[in-house]
Amino acid sequence: MIKDPVIEVIDFNFYYGDKRALTDVNVKIEKNSVTGIIGPSGCGKSTFLRSINLMNNLILGARYEGKIMLDGENIIHKDVDVVELRRKVGMVFQKSNPFPKSIFENVAYGLRINGIKNKDLISRRIEESLKGAALWEEVKDRLNASAFDLSGGQQQRLCIARALAVEPDILLMDEPASALDPTATIKIEELIQELKKKYTIIIVTHNMQQAARVSDYTAFFMMGKLIEYNRTNLMFTNPEFKITEDYITGRFG
Amino acid sequence: MKIDINRIKEKIGFMILTACLLLVVLIIIVIFTNILINGYSVINIDFLIKSPTQGMTEGGIMPAIIGTFLVTIITAIFSIPLGMGCAIYLNEYAKQNWFTRLIRISIRNLAGVPSIVYGLFGVVLFVQLMNIGTSVLASGLTLSLMTLPMTITASEEALKNIPMSFREGALALGATKWQAISTNVIPYAIPGMLTGTILGLSRAAGETAPLLFTGVAFYLPYLPKGVFDQFMALPYHLYIMATQHHSIMEVRPIAYGTAMVLVALVFMMNLGAIILRYRLRKNRKE
Repeated sequence: MIKDPVIEVIDFNFYYGDKRALTDVNVKIEKNSVTGIIGPSGCGKSTFLRSINLMNNLILGARYEGKIMLDGENIIHKDVDVVELRRKVGMVFQKSNPFPKSIFENVAYGLRINGIKNKDLISRRIEESLKGAALWEEVKDRLNASAFDLSGGQQQRLCIARALAVEPDILLMDEPASALDPTATIKIEELIQELKKKYTIIIVTHNMQQAARVSDYTAFFMMGKLIEYNRTNLMFTNPEFKITEDYITGRFG
Repeated sequence: MKIDINRIKEKIGFMILTACLLLVVLIIIVIFTNILINGYSVINIDFLIKSPTQGMTEGGIMPAIIGTFLVTIITAIFSIPLGMGCAIYLNEYAKQNWFTRLIRISIRNLAGVPSIVYGLFGVVLFVQLMNIGTSVLASGLTLSLMTLPMTITASEEALKNIPMSFREGALALGATKWQAISTNVIPYAIPGMLTGTILGLSRAAGETAPLLFTGVAFYLPYLPKGVFDQFMALPYHLYIMATQHHSIMEVRPIAYGTAMVLVALVFMMNLGAIILRYRLRKNRKE
């Protein structure tokens, strides 16, 4: 099914202290595709997403087992440079979290912490990133305005631009549209279609229609286990398991 | 009928709360007017820029003002970096376990230790063991110790108020922990940290007990030439004038005048804290 995997998750387990949150997850993520992760609340989908850039490290008592292979390297390994990894694997959070800086400085943040000082390069990257996040036309005349002056949808696209500026290979999105109105949501979804040409995208979503609309592959999680993983069109038309069908059709959730 | 009872209860409650506020305001007004009425007669430029003369029955309180400034500056130099550093470590780096909880509880408890205890500790540690001698440095260090719990607690609260998303957002972009903290947490916590710190300093500026054995002098005919000299300080001068002077009644206005200057100084520091916080908050939004 997967021809050109960029991430390969092998027998992956995750624990919060003594509590096992993910059990024996095996999955391959196709390059330049959108993989949707669905499942009921507390099923471990966010935990899984946040394992891929080791964001779970911030949580006390977090423990990983198994392998997550990225570019032939197991990122769970102790010697992995977390900083380097997070530059390759960008993340967009559920609640848009622009920094209390100007629009320009928000996008420039990732470049500055990477030691880039060349002003022309920074300006060029900011323009590219904002264009990439379909925000450029709306903000090009007010780059020095506060990021908080933007609408919710614009703020989320700013966060996407901020992630794009450091030129990652993979973009993780944790329910990026859950706090947005339908118009802003459609914009984000269109943007995701555009972005997959250059990036590999993994998106957690609560919204079944959204998963069906934007993702090429869908992974269905329940109680910490990967129940079913398939091409989205196959999974939504002909799910292998009864429980997947029940969830997709809204019989529980 | 029921509605009426609730209305009466509402009125009574409101009246009690208003009375509480008015009482507090009244006390403050009485204190200030008392100081003002009794002290205004001695306040003039000479009082602020001259030394005491004629066995401290005449002249000004300039050496005490300078002494208090000096000792407050030394306190700030030691307590601000140390306190903020402690707070940053505790809030950002330390693991949350029984040991850090114990440290935190200890720090909070230290804030309640009477200042005279700090004074005695300062004598033993700084004056004797470290052999600094009774000096403005020893006093400043003692006051630093006393203000540290306040500085640490206020700074930690300020850091706690910075949303987790600022840290996560930076880390997700490949920032190191220190980069995230230094560029995306501390700058926004500084207003809160400084406010708490300045309030702590203003309390230190009005303290007498920690200075008592560590460096403050009853009367000095000269100004401190360095940090190893003794000094005069406003609160101690006030204490002497109010209780120890040989002709207490005669110097009463000077005592009140000193109180006025001290209160004004503390007020200015607090005002400075408010202005600073306001300015930094405004900058942050732009």
